[in-house]
Amino acid sequence: MLSNYTNKLTGFLLTLSLFTNPAKADWFALNMTEGATAISEEVFNLHMLIFWICVAIGVVVFSVMFYSMFAHTKKKNPVAATFHESTKVEIAWTVIPFLILIAMAVPASKTLTKMYDDTAGDVNIQVTGFQWKWQYRYLEDGVSFFSNLSTDMDEIYNLVPKGENYLQEVDEAVVIPVGKKVRFLITANDVIHSWWVPAFAIKQDAIPGFVNTAWTKVDKVGTYRGKCTELCGKNHGFMPIVVKVVEQDEYDLWVSDKKEAAFKLAELTEKEWTTAELVERGESVYATNCVACHQVNGQGITGIFPALAGSDIVLNDKPRNIEILMEGVQGAAMNSFDYLSEVELASVITYTRQSWGNAEKGDGEIVSPKDIVDYKKPKI
Amino acid sequence: MNNKGKTSVKFLGMTVIAMFFFSFALVPLYNVFCEVTGINGKVFQSENSQEYTAEVGRDVAVQFISSNNERMPWVFKPSNEVMGVVTGKYYNATFYVKNTTNKTMTAQAVPSIAPSNAAAHLKKLECFCFEQQELAPGEEALLPVKFLISNELPNQIKNVILSYTIFDITDYNQENLAHLEMHTEKN
Amino acid sequence: MSAVIENHHDDHHHGPAKGLTRWLYTTNHKDIGTLYLWFSFAMFLIGGAMAMIIRAELFQPGMQIVEPEFYNQMITLHGLIMIFGGVMPAFVGLANWLVPMMIGAPDMALPRMNNLSFWILPFAFFILLSSLFMEGGAPNFGWTFYAPLSTTYAPPSVTFFIFSVHIMGASSIMGAINVIVTIMNMRAPGMDLMKMPLFVWSWLITAYLLIAVMPVLAGAVTMMLMDIHFGTSFFNAAGGGDPVLFQHIFWFFGHPEVYIMILPAFGIVSHIIETFSRKQLFGYSSMVWAMLSIAILSFVVWAHHMFTVGMPLAAELFFMWATMLIAVPTGVKVFNWIATMFRGSITFETPMLFACAFVVLFTLGGFSGLMLAITPADFQYHDTYFVVAHFHYVLVPGAIFSIMAAVYYWIPKWSGNMYDERLGKLHFWLSFIGVNVTFFPQHFIGLAGMPRRYPDYALQFADWNMVSTVGAFLFGISQVFFLFIVIKTVMGGKKATDQVWEGARGLEWTVASPAPYHTFGTPPKVD
Repeated sequence: MLSNYTNKLTGFLLTLSLFTNPAKADWFALNMTEGATAISEEVFNLHMLIFWICVAIGVVVFSVMFYSMFAHTKKKNPVAATFHESTKVEIAWTVIPFLILIAMAVPASKTLTKMYDDTAGDVNIQVTGFQWKWQYRYLEDGVSFFSNLSTDMDEIYNLVPKGENYLQEVDEAVVIPVGKKVRFLITANDVIHSWWVPAFAIKQDAIPGFVNTAWTKVDKVGTYRGKCTELCGKNHGFMPIVVKVVEQDEYDLWVSDKKEAAFKLAELTEKEWTTAELVERGESVYATNCVACHQVNGQGITGIFPALAGSDIVLNDKPRNIEILMEGVQGAAMNSFDYLSEVELASVITYTRQSWGNAEKGDGEIVSPKDIVDYKKPKI
Repeated sequence: MNNKGKTSVKFLGMTVIAMFFFSFALVPLYNVFCEVTGINGKVFQSENSQEYTAEVGRDVAVQFISSNNERMPWVFKPSNEVMGVVTGKYYNATFYVKNTTNKTMTAQAVPSIAPSNAAAHLKKLECFCFEQQELAPGEEALLPVKFLISNELPNQIKNVILSYTIFDITDYNQENLAHLEMHTEKN
Repeated sequence: MSAVIENHHDDHHHGPAKGLTRWLYTTNHKDIGTLYLWFSFAMFLIGGAMAMIIRAELFQPGMQIVEPEFYNQMITLHGLIMIFGGVMPAFVGLANWLVPMMIGAPDMALPRMNNLSFWILPFAFFILLSSLFMEGGAPNFGWTFYAPLSTTYAPPSVTFFIFSVHIMGASSIMGAINVIVTIMNMRAPGMDLMKMPLFVWSWLITAYLLIAVMPVLAGAVTMMLMDIHFGTSFFNAAGGGDPVLFQHIFWFFGHPEVYIMILPAFGIVSHIIETFSRKQLFGYSSMVWAMLSIAILSFVVWAHHMFTVGMPLAAELFFMWATMLIAVPTGVKVFNWIATMFRGSITFETPMLFACAFVVLFTLGGFSGLMLAITPADFQYHDTYFVVAHFHYVLVPGAIFSIMAAVYYWIPKWSGNMYDERLGKLHFWLSFIGVNVTFFPQHFIGLAGMPRRYPDYALQFADWNMVSTVGAFLFGISQVFFLFIVIKTVMGGKKATDQVWEGARGLEWTVASPAPYHTFGTPPKVD
């Protein structure tokens, strides 16, 4: 605990000394993005319209006020006027704002109606919020994957300088084709999340048990970044969204690659694995999924997250070890990781059973993808 | 304090109590509101099977989606992902479900329709989501849903998504049972 | 009415008891008002300290001072404490002090209930704050406590949180009943409804809002309690409930709650502007009607907090239009204040400075509120720092500036001593600069795309976050200075006259300074 704080303190001092933000002149990050779609541009224009109307009203109202504050002080105007009502003026300043509001409401209602287009998309993607990552499933092609934050923990804890896309980068981005209507079917697995990509002007809550829809048609090829915008627990700030918009042929290629990879993965589970192969693969799975709680050294955090190094289950109880990863631990922070592939599960368990001296202390048994497949089979 | 004061205290006290119960009344009110407007894509069982069968309307594609809520280990997926239907007719669809664990579990499926303004036009005669599903270890089942999309479905909607999320309510039920037992013991 | 007669009159009554029991058993509206005000000041400083932790963590990107779990506990407690412990008790304190004196009543209508409604408050906040030391930590789901994060996924301390909210609610409801009964039954002869001071009017409306919505909040947390402990499923989809229902119920309470925190401020500012402009308030009756229409509209706009939950188009349009309508009565109030100043004979003592800042900065908050009402644009603003900037502009230089203005304005009447004008002005300018440096950049941060309730952020938000943190510490330190000024004034200083301010009108200025323990034992005559 103490060393943790010393670490943080040195990290803090380190960033202070390193503190020059790379790449971006962010003093100018002042306004909403115009975005990359017709809708987002319309929203931007609406925002600017209302902004300028407010500025205009503000200028008129405040100049009268500042004029009074300047010209009608006791020094300059020792005796106050006595008027205290005027029906005409009062009617005027009720009716005029009302008319201005109507002028705002008309374009706003039009844009909103456009955003509520109910027709199907050329590509339909189911987006599911998890604590704390996003899952994307392409309904037509069956492609499915998780998208995790890929920023290094060392960057977050100020141990190394931060990269350009700090907290806005993921291990696997959503890919969509340019110029096509893409519909997102947004839901959640545990608590409420919210899927926001500013460049598309989409922000839609992801609610467990319910499906919300949003759509976009992006005109410009590029990478667009978004964030979760509904408080969803500890790592709410650490589940970004990255959408890559590509040309149609590149998209087709990506889809076929993904399908092939999925097929290969299925094959992988059949093959015989060596300890070294599993450990190597498991290390990266561990870094993405486990390190936040159980820590790089497998020591966990005393009193909150149990240590894996030297844990009796990890050392000697292979069936229970598998069960914990598959089912989670009721009432504890440990979730089920059954959404990981068989290979990922097997390799990460093997990694924990082989690292931090566990292999020497315990039975050192490895877990193969087949063990996971067997676990999933019904036991009668 | 005078009588007028006592009357106002009584009146205000009653208002407070009434508002407290009003907050609970919001629950059924909200459900009625959802049923009428289709907010949140909630779907309710319809009683009438005769009304729509005579008319035949236009083609609509129905897409089925399944999700497992947190810690729900069952296999759960639609038998067919997409189904072409004609409005005004009843169709049967099924979802495949399998309890992959080694214990008996109970599940509850929660339906949702997208786009949300299609919800009011989707009538279900039978649905596995109307009741809880209990499966023994390793047991598989095909869960049926019998539905109809009414002719009043807004014209621009050509594709309706029917989603089910399956929740594990095994422990939940046990908890409730435990509570019930506790109360009966007391009595 | 002279002070001599008042004091003489007092001799027949009991004066304040001595020692601690005076405060524990007191049924005197002035004592209870004082207790409320000091309690809210304490909560303001505690909630402020939490804000300092939040801003310190956000000083630069990366996690430096706290962990994300603790950060979430801080934002939750900061919100709850500032709303239920800071702003609301401060207004109840002002109501206790001022409403009887303004309407010429000897005390509140229900003095024993008054004592009870104050003394349960410290327990509520003791329970809430003690959750910080419980296993799993304090509530971490935001002050809006959306299910299922606040039910299925909540730390065990959520039960204590629910209990604490129940107590706060009971306290507010009792306070509100007391205010209504006092105003409806104890006005001096001749004080018709449409002759009541605006602060009394604003509190009458506020009290009715409290009566209408605090029980709904109590209902919402009761449903949570039942979901967590008794196996019901109001908000649990698996059992046929709906998490979105929680949001509807919460905001049905939550939006009127927002006006509960601003209507009394409208009353205060009206009095101060009138006094220091030395000119009768412009459009008294339209001020009353504006407050009434704001209060009524507040019941039909709640879902504008939920534009992104996936409501049907018709609902989104309705709530957008209804919300925009609120700009009309709010505009009327601002125009009336400015018309009151127009061709007045203005001086800028500290209360007036705060009131002028209120008018300008609250209007800025109103503008961003209008922008937020526009549904398509709200999709971009929702749950970003733009919203944080908006509601802090209406609550800090809005509600809190009005409370500070009220303290400077009435403290001579309460304590009998004038505050130090130079220190008061210094406090104003520090707070004014601090507030704007803190919250104005948050508009930029939000528009540029930083969501709220983030313990860490991407690099493009770094510069303005740093500015905001600097402003926050300036503002925070100025409030410690405020504490010093208040204590100094209570301890001593130039003696205040009975009228205190040249342009002051109203019954409270006809009694001695400091106001005697019992005032208006015989009702004054109002023409």
